[in-house]
Amino acid sequence: MKIYGVALLAFCFLTGKLIGNYLGVFLGLESDVGGVGFAMLFLMLAYTYFKKKGIVKELTTQGILFWSSMYLPIIVAMAATQNVKAAVSQGPIAVVIGVVVTLVGFFLVPLISKIGQSQNEK
Amino acid sequence: MEVVYKLIDKNGLVFAFLVVGIIMYLSFLVSKHLFKNKIPGVALAVFAGLLLALFGSKKGIADFPLFAGMALLGGSMLRDFSVVATAMGADLSKIKQAGWAGVVGLFSGVFFSFFGGVLLAFLLGYRDVESLTTLGAGACTYIVGPITGAAVGASSDVIAISIAIGVVKTIVATIGTPLVAKTIGLNTPQAALVFGGLIGTTSGVTAGLAATDAKLVPYGAFTATFYTGLGCLLCPSVFYFALKVFL
Repeated sequence: MKIYGVALLAFCFLTGKLIGNYLGVFLGLESDVGGVGFAMLFLMLAYTYFKKKGIVKELTTQGILFWSSMYLPIIVAMAATQNVKAAVSQGPIAVVIGVVVTLVGFFLVPLISKIGQSQNEK
Repeated sequence: MEVVYKLIDKNGLVFAFLVVGIIMYLSFLVSKHLFKNKIPGVALAVFAGLLLALFGSKKGIADFPLFAGMALLGGSMLRDFSVVATAMGADLSKIKQAGWAGVVGLFSGVFFSFFGGVLLAFLLGYRDVESLTTLGAGACTYIVGPITGAAVGASSDVIAISIAIGVVKTIVATIGTPLVAKTIGLNTPQAALVFGGLIGTTSGVTAGLAATDAKLVPYGAFTATFYTGLGCLLCPSVFYFALKVFL
């Protein structure tokens, strides 16, 4: 049943978020540290494990796939609910810093992926 | 009309599905016929979303009661839920392989964003350590900015600007990623992992990657999710004290 897939997803999501939140408390922060990352890790592990055991049926997979495909529309809705007006109206300071910092980040990508690759080859 | 308003008010999320569906459909139509698919439909749809957000303020289009359901659909709960779901298609061995690069990307991302932001804020005339720290933190993400600002006791207008910086970053990442993807070699899971760590704003990274190549989303999201936490950890502590020593 599809709900099994959705339930598995929900279980991984909540467990990951729980760890992220506890990690936040442990580090003295009021935020979730890597909750989504842990949840993704759990889903990957659980899905591979269940698949190997042959427990995962096609319909279970579809339950997860549905939510994974809802991702794009959700991003569009998210974009439509951002405080874009504030970002634009705070004047040049916010725009200058925001743009420059992001561009620097973009162009560090090839440099750092290279560092990683040479490390892996060793 | 009142019946219609009441209906939509009660079924906001369902109405949001319809609205987003229409936005996506029109965007793909425009992408196909006007831009010959050179600008991806997803990128146009996200851009259309940002334009719609201009009509409102704090919660974008969701400031209008009619579109309140958009805030639920685009809120962090469903966003994170669907991002986690994308992990099903991700390859664990590729994450392991790129693990080291991802960690380097994460730390350099927070480091360069913060000090880049501080440097620019300094050039733009800010001199006090609290404001500089807050603006540098805002250059990480729009969550790191206000958390850091509150921790170091910055003024509320500086905190507002730090949030704005983070939002600008999200917007630039969303629109810019598909444009620069080829130039910066953003076409492998490894590069996506590094990218997520460098840019760090989960919404910007995932939206930008979605518009570039949906297969890369889980990898970028994976590292980006640690970024805000790392930023909240380093900015008000190590980085703040480092600035205090230098200035």
